[in-house]
Amino acid sequence: MPDLTIAVPRGALLGGTLDLLDSIGIDTAPVRANDRRLLFEEVGIVTMRPSDVATYVEAGAADLGITGKDVLREQSYRDVYELLDLGFGTCTMVVASVAGEPDPAVEALRRLGVMRVATKYPRIATEYFERTGRQAEIVEVKGSVELAPLTGMVEAIVDLTATGTTLRENGLVIREELFTATARLIANPVAHRLKAEAIDALLGRLRAR
Amino acid sequence: MIHPIPSGTRDVLPDEMRELRAITRALLEVYEDEGYGELWTPTLEYEEVLRRASGAAEPAYRVFDDHGEVLALRSDMTVPIARVVASRYPTAEPPLRFCYTAHAYRAVGRHRGQTREFLQSGVELVGASAPEGTAEALRVMCRALDATGLRDYRIAVGDASLYPALLRGFELSEEATSRLMSELVSRDFVGLEREARALGLSAADTELLMGVPQLRGGPSVLDAVGGPGAEAVAGLRRVLELLDASVADRIIFDLGLSRGLGYYTGAVFDVLDPSLGTPLGGGGRYDDLLGRFGRPLPAVGFALAVDQLHLALAERDVARTSPDTATGERNA
Repeated sequence: MPDLTIAVPRGALLGGTLDLLDSIGIDTAPVRANDRRLLFEEVGIVTMRPSDVATYVEAGAADLGITGKDVLREQSYRDVYELLDLGFGTCTMVVASVAGEPDPAVEALRRLGVMRVATKYPRIATEYFERTGRQAEIVEVKGSVELAPLTGMVEAIVDLTATGTTLRENGLVIREELFTATARLIANPVAHRLKAEAIDALLGRLRAR
Repeated sequence: MIHPIPSGTRDVLPDEMRELRAITRALLEVYEDEGYGELWTPTLEYEEVLRRASGAAEPAYRVFDDHGEVLALRSDMTVPIARVVASRYPTAEPPLRFCYTAHAYRAVGRHRGQTREFLQSGVELVGASAPEGTAEALRVMCRALDATGLRDYRIAVGDASLYPALLRGFELSEEATSRLMSELVSRDFVGLEREARALGLSAADTELLMGVPQLRGGPSVLDAVGGPGAEAVAGLRRVLELLDASVADRIIFDLGLSRGLGYYTGAVFDVLDPSLGTPLGGGGRYDDLLGRFGRPLPAVGFALAVDQLHLALAERDVARTSPDTATGERNA
């Protein structure tokens, strides 16, 4: 059994994460070989949705985890330590709405004094519109956010985009950029102290890449 | 019929109650043997009085009484005991030693599995300054934990004044200081690195600001800190010199430990057990708090979360009876 358990995100960050772990000598072959299994005790890896990584790490179910800064910002209340910017998986958090002028969100704000915004990131979106002084009704959705403005449910969305392709294909354009997010290494607060040596050794290998 | 109770609260039934009692009794026996007198304070206090301790955990539950006064449920026992010392022991010769087993109340996030009401067992040592007072608190805490039968715990020890002292040494603007402190308190080392680099200091100084809070380990980590941080580090060394090997061996220095922007002024500690993902207790020095209640005295204390301690002990018992199946079971 390895000294450390690492929570690895499935989805867009999986490839980059596994390459990274390979590069510092952690065997990821079992993970690559099976995309249904979740727990790989023999190599100290557990796999999950990116948005669950901070939850498991906070609880101590994993000592370390890799997830996007978007998740960490949305779940800023979690008690986890952020150790390293891993530099891959770069995405941008954006406000987007249906293409064409005028921007339906601006139009809603002008006519009604409020815009409706769909997002998977309700805390980030709420904080952003409050900070920029605009009244927004935030609608939390779990799946494809692009659908919400197309059906007329909302005037805008706040979502993470890598290339903008999905937005474009659905007739949406980026109106504002909030921040860029990359993959981060996080640690459980107890493990960070009790397994300091193992964690620092792993950090050293990551920094030396 | 099932009648709900608020999330984050629970009923304790006789079997478990017996186990919890055994724990709190073992702790209390040690405190009393060390000369700490048990006390009891009201669960409800005037919110205004609790607020004198700005920086303490916010009282989360408030009620208006029938005279329109705002009452609040205490969020810890340190603040009520500071009030007791100022009001009931205004002239008593320090040091004063108090202990308690009491419920405290905190806000919970939705669907996060946190507790609103939790049982704390702890001590406050008032009027004993560093390093002797700090060493006594650590010694009593370890003796109490040993008495419950906990085996593999460690104490992370840091100093809340260390990083502020480092920053003062660089004469930074108030704004830069508060940005760095906020990254430190949330333990965002990526953010800390970004803020430290933005200061435009020499490479060595930048490295110091980024590196010191990431140092954890034995006494040798203290050697890495010089200059404006030297005083805080020397204080930790003096505490260590006063400790018996049995206590000293449990200590992991953690130079990034600050326990929030609360009332801590010097040494701070977290109790860590490998079976739990969160600290099961902690404490530290709060040399300014009593002054806010009108009796300026240095003080130090700790609080242990009895439910967490119970879980850690249960985990140990499982591990002892079936060594093959127990590893990490509760955490999985």
